[in-house]
Amino acid sequence: MRRRELLQGFAAGALTFFFTTPVGSAPIVPTRPGTYPEDFNAYLKISADGRVGCFVGKVELGQGAMTVLAMLVAEELELDPAQVDMLLGDTDLCPWDMPTGGSLTMWHTAPVLRGAAAEARAALLRLASKALGAPVSDLALKDGAIWVKSAPTRRTTFGELVQGRKMERHLGKVKPKPLADCTLLGRRVPRKDALAKVSGAAKYAGDLRLPGTLHACILRPPAQGQTLVTADTSTAERVPGVRIVRDGTLLAVVHAQPDTARKALALVKGTFEGAEPDVDDVRIYQYLVDKAAPGQRVVISRGDLAAGEKRAATVVEGEYRNAYESHATLEPHTSVAKWEEGRMTVWASTQSPFVFRDAVAEALKLGQDKVRIIAQFVGGGFGGKLVGPGAIEAARIARQVPGVPIQVAWNREEDLFLDGYRPAAVVKIRSGLDAGRGAITFWDSTVAGVSQGEAELSYDMQSNRYQAPTVPGLHPLKVGAWRAPNAHTNAFARESQLDALAAKAGMDPVTLRRRLITDARLLRLLDLAVETFGWEPAPGPTGRGIGLACGAWRQGLVVAVAQVAVDKATGKVRVEHFLEAVDVGLVVNPDGARQQVEGAITMCIGQALSEEIRFKGGRILDKNFDTYLLPRFSAIPRIQVVFAENSGMATQGIGEPPVVPVAAALANAVFDATGARVTHVPFTPARVLEALKRVPTK
Amino acid sequence: MDATVSFVLNGKPVTVKNPHDRMLVWVLRDELGLTGTKVGCEAGLCGACTVLVDFEAVPSCSTTLGDVAGKSVLTIEGLAVDGRLNPVQEAFREHHAFQCGYCTSGMIMAAWAFLKKKPKATKAEIVEAMEGNICRCGAHVRILDAVESAGKNLGGVR
Ligand code: FES
Ligand code: FES
Repeated sequence: MRRRELLQGFAAGALTFFFTTPVGSAPIVPTRPGTYPEDFNAYLKISADGRVGCFVGKVELGQGAMTVLAMLVAEELELDPAQVDMLLGDTDLCPWDMPTGGSLTMWHTAPVLRGAAAEARAALLRLASKALGAPVSDLALKDGAIWVKSAPTRRTTFGELVQGRKMERHLGKVKPKPLADCTLLGRRVPRKDALAKVSGAAKYAGDLRLPGTLHACILRPPAQGQTLVTADTSTAERVPGVRIVRDGTLLAVVHAQPDTARKALALVKGTFEGAEPDVDDVRIYQYLVDKAAPGQRVVISRGDLAAGEKRAATVVEGEYRNAYESHATLEPHTSVAKWEEGRMTVWASTQSPFVFRDAVAEALKLGQDKVRIIAQFVGGGFGGKLVGPGAIEAARIARQVPGVPIQVAWNREEDLFLDGYRPAAVVKIRSGLDAGRGAITFWDSTVAGVSQGEAELSYDMQSNRYQAPTVPGLHPLKVGAWRAPNAHTNAFARESQLDALAAKAGMDPVTLRRRLITDARLLRLLDLAVETFGWEPAPGPTGRGIGLACGAWRQGLVVAVAQVAVDKATGKVRVEHFLEAVDVGLVVNPDGARQQVEGAITMCIGQALSEEIRFKGGRILDKNFDTYLLPRFSAIPRIQVVFAENSGMATQGIGEPPVVPVAAALANAVFDATGARVTHVPFTPARVLEALKRVPTK
Repeated sequence: MDATVSFVLNGKPVTVKNPHDRMLVWVLRDELGLTGTKVGCEAGLCGACTVLVDFEAVPSCSTTLGDVAGKSVLTIEGLAVDGRLNPVQEAFREHHAFQCGYCTSGMIMAAWAFLKKKPKATKAEIVEAMEGNICRCGAHVRILDAVESAGKNLGGVR
């Protein structure tokens, strides 16, 4: 609804100002593929009625992009964020952008958008200067009005100024406001999507209800990687209103009602081909190690490992594992596609409209200009909706039935089956501490299943070596990017290993890190975390159940402190208190950033304690939330979030960093509580009991 | 076989011709166009589809049309009165007790059903009441705060 109003508003003002490309015409494309357009008209449009429209190829996944991007524009143009209409993720209307993931929105898009808004401000002031006959330096602006400071009755508005004008200007000439002059950045502002979401009005891809929509349910093989050979659809076809649509090995049962389509699908009998890998969720770790071994390659190497080992007084050998984990967004992948007049439009639940566009174009052998993706509100992404197999399915089916909107909404079983999981992984580390200073004399790490991404932190090490596999197609299951990919696997291993070294050497985990950390920012953050938590560190296990871990995602730093209680009879871990101290530079939207941290901690309590994809060959055994266990309310601890004061550094993304150290902090807390080291994520009650059995009795 | 079933939906009588055993969530979303009620698991496990039937919170994915014959059904679309948000909606908005918002309708409905019975609940009681509702984004701490504060504001209502 808002989208339509917004477009009508701008289309009606045919004499709009920052238009070089009228709405609805050819897509706005950058001069070079994969770059941001330089023309600021691509981002901002001011209509004759003075409203400011902001067009960005990012998506609102729940992370608050809609709000924080509006804040940036509002800051430069001296508006209330409510006066900025956001239109996100439409590949016809928005300038090209990267996917919404990897915590890149604030890092990549924000500076471009701020620059565009600054450019607009300068242009408006110049126009006003002419209209009002006063120098720019004598003008003030607020809420869409511009006036002469010395004579406030001499005023004009954005709407009056833009009447009938068109402007071309390129980014990079005008600098955004200096931080000291900013009044909005750093303040809590109401989320722009709040009303829509609490009233049930927010439209997700499955809520579109385009007239004539048919619902398509797709025949799935029992195992990943298999394809359809034959299908008997005769019984299904007897259901009134059912039709079968085929495109190669894709077979869909289509009906006007989603539930009838689903029921009729159950009547289709298919045969499938394709070998299943001989592996399951228990044997996967050895499988990965064996398969990765021949292609292991040194990615980082410093100093002499053998000499380092000789200097070590304490040596620890650790093996750390994590299971496959699903994104399990509460909204399963959903798309609606329509093939009309030689163009394919897909309304999608997507994190990356432009990637989806290109993928749909490729799958259908169409030009990119023949595909339009329109992102809706997205019911969670976390990396899972960076790729769009569901959108391609919808488009392939829609191509067969011209003019008819086709909805493909995966159910939970499909979503768990077709997801690209966080990869299972094994990290082996041998490392040693010297006797006196607590220096790492050597650190030898080999990983199978992921890369060594973010494996290093700014810890002083006299020698080290990191190896990672180069084998393509290592995983028997489909894998993908899961919020802070690689980083959380590697942080779990590194921080657990450090904790084990400290304990073995009789040092407390904070003192050891203070000695190792070479980066002043991380050191300050460590102090902030320890102080805020109110923790007197002591060599573990102390029985108090407090654990520490540090982590990084690009320039974003996090220190986590967790407190847990472990039921030694059942192996159940209860998280009581979780604190993160976070340094992501200038925090533009403090409440939004805090939400991301709270969410990451909560999500990763599930990652650490309960979430695991069980499988046999290509068959996924977890089919719904009865066995795939997400954290529920009773699992939620007291959560504390504190941001480092660091407004001198450019804003870093906030989606991934707080994910990185969660599982490690919890594992270290379990050790502090019990003396048992859990090394396998998730540390389910059974695995905790196993670990407890290994604790030597004194 | 289609049956003719009447019930009260958001305060107004409705009659639909649908199979008796069709799940309410499809009747609401597909037949009646009320898409505020979401679908997350279709098995009574996530709470995204929660609606109130005679003021009891139920998963509409596991409640049939026949089950609500002659009863009163309240969905997220029926909570606001004359464009004024219900106190629970207001509290969710105030606390930003959502991220993606996909669980939000169900959360609000579950909380409203609970608070109607017990506005002065303890945190532990709220946790228990909300346990059937999943939030993947991890908005839990804010949802609990929002429900608690809505309860306080509700003190004496009805
Ligand atoms: S969709 Fe009904 S409980 Fe999940
Ligand atoms: S806000 Fe996304 S599932 Fe709750």
